[in-house]
Amino acid sequence: MSISNQIFAKHCNKKSLESGEFVECDIDLVMVHEQLGGRISPEFRKLGLKNLWDPSKVFYILDHWVPPPDIKAAKMHQIANKFAKDYNIKWNMGQNQGICHQVLPEKGFSRPGMLIVGSDSHTTTYGAFNCIGTGIGATDVSIIFSLGKLWFKIPEVQRIEFEGKLGSKVMGKDVVLQLLKDFRTDGAIYEAFEFGGSGLRNLSIAARMTIANMSVEMGAKCGVFEADKILENWLKAHPAPENQINTKFNQLISPTKDAQYKKIYNYNIDEIPPLVAKPFSPDNVVPVEELGTIEIDEAFLGSCTNGRMEDLRIAAKIIKGKKVPANVKFIIIPASREIYLQALNEGLIEIFIQAGGVVEYPSCGPCIGGHLGVLGPEEICISSSNRNFMGRMGDPTSKSYLASPAVVAASALKGYITIPVKDIWE
Amino acid sequence: MREEKSKLKGRIWIVGDSINTDLIVPSRVLTEQNPDKMLEATLELVIPDFYKKVQKGDFIIAGKNFGCGSSREEAVYVLKQLGVRGIIAFSFARIFFRNCINLGLLPIVIKEEDDSQNFAPSDLGNEGDLISIDLTKSTILSLNSNKKFTFHPLSPFLQSYLDKNGALSYIKEQLKQ
Ligand code: SF4
Repeated sequence: MSISNQIFAKHCNKKSLESGEFVECDIDLVMVHEQLGGRISPEFRKLGLKNLWDPSKVFYILDHWVPPPDIKAAKMHQIANKFAKDYNIKWNMGQNQGICHQVLPEKGFSRPGMLIVGSDSHTTTYGAFNCIGTGIGATDVSIIFSLGKLWFKIPEVQRIEFEGKLGSKVMGKDVVLQLLKDFRTDGAIYEAFEFGGSGLRNLSIAARMTIANMSVEMGAKCGVFEADKILENWLKAHPAPENQINTKFNQLISPTKDAQYKKIYNYNIDEIPPLVAKPFSPDNVVPVEELGTIEIDEAFLGSCTNGRMEDLRIAAKIIKGKKVPANVKFIIIPASREIYLQALNEGLIEIFIQAGGVVEYPSCGPCIGGHLGVLGPEEICISSSNRNFMGRMGDPTSKSYLASPAVVAASALKGYITIPVKDIWE
Repeated sequence: MREEKSKLKGRIWIVGDSINTDLIVPSRVLTEQNPDKMLEATLELVIPDFYKKVQKGDFIIAGKNFGCGSSREEAVYVLKQLGVRGIIAFSFARIFFRNCINLGLLPIVIKEEDDSQNFAPSDLGNEGDLISIDLTKSTILSLNSNKKFTFHPLSPFLQSYLDKNGALSYIKEQLKQ
């Protein structure tokens, strides 16, 4: 069986599964963010239940509009916080930790074999940790809050075998942009990705998280990575807060020999160039070098796709000692407080500020046009985030181009979209 | 309440491929506590003033991948609140589809027959035309052009969910057991 089928089978107590079959699965962890104060709280309260099925399996964090930019967002937070308190949600992270998809794994909550759902489409990010992470809606969350279970349709699985090594100016982001170029935004609807192959050893956890994160941009239910030494070391360095989670989910899961795949694709990552997704779709992908000259008003380095240490280090290496033109808003948002602190310790934050960048506290920021860098009419942004839909980052006439942190940093310096001059991995 | 009559009739709205959830309900109104303000923004960049023009029982005809993007259930909620009865599309994004089932908005997936390679949403008619849907036969008839189309029937599992008229009723039923 494929990795994801093994996980689904375990969670619905079945020995084998057919793709297309509907099953009800037990949920190991449900992640909720501002949506708790959006539709979840009022809907769930309609049921009149006094308790959640298991408050120790709920992870709650505020990240989209933190700190609140206006009264409406502040009210939404109040509603969510009240719910978390009333129902004793155990893992209440509050609003000072960073973006959900970074904080949850960093605190050790995503472990091999788990079935994690979240009120956010990019819950697929946790696939980097050899588990299933998948996004659900508010009513789905209410179902789990009440019953601890949720229905799933068993997906067909597309296996991606990576070979080779990233080029000298290429990051994990370019790998997933290449997948988007090939699969398009509907290429894996209702399907699962499984990532493996000898190239894994050249893909960091940060790169894997970026790839799993944007799997949903191809419609995938999840994008699960095979486990290896790199993951094992990462897990050791990030133990879960509860021994129970550490001991229950300590088995790495590999596909069995008889695993069935819809198709197996080989990707030689050596061949992938720095890529960029043009507006208004993440699959509108071309090599940066074929883009022509696109001048920018903003360069955004952050989001759950690319606000990690690897991303900040590479961007800082490119930026160090140079100045960003005054007409470019260069916004840097570390994905979590832990990353922020580490970047501070490593001197990266100073490099960004010296270069003229604006370093903001961990949050989603301009990724959904929430605050802290919203785009005005006709403005153009090069962004390390995952979606460039019309109006996503601000005014509907603004345009976002998606690229790697290396391209974002190089572009911030030049004032137009471009690739870094030097090898970023040296 | 059991599933309504097996025949539905309504006016249609035509949209294209990949209508994402940001287009259905922009994030700027997600923190809105006044539901009317949220409804006013529905599909604003796709069909200006949609909230004023739409009528109860209308259908939206779309291309591929309707509802792609974020998990925001508000995208289904606003359409349902405005009276949209169902969405007819070639494919739906997964979370949007789940949300439809949970809130009781009918998601209909058109069958692409061998001879309908070039099928486009507009083949079902023009904006404002009437269609009738036969849920038992899984067919859609354009009342203006008399053309007939077939769709994939919902799996019995999902149909039973929809029949309960939304997931909250399903939860209540389960809790009683
Ligand atoms: S950073 Fe962007 S994509 Fe990620 S959770 Fe926040 S809003 Fe969503």
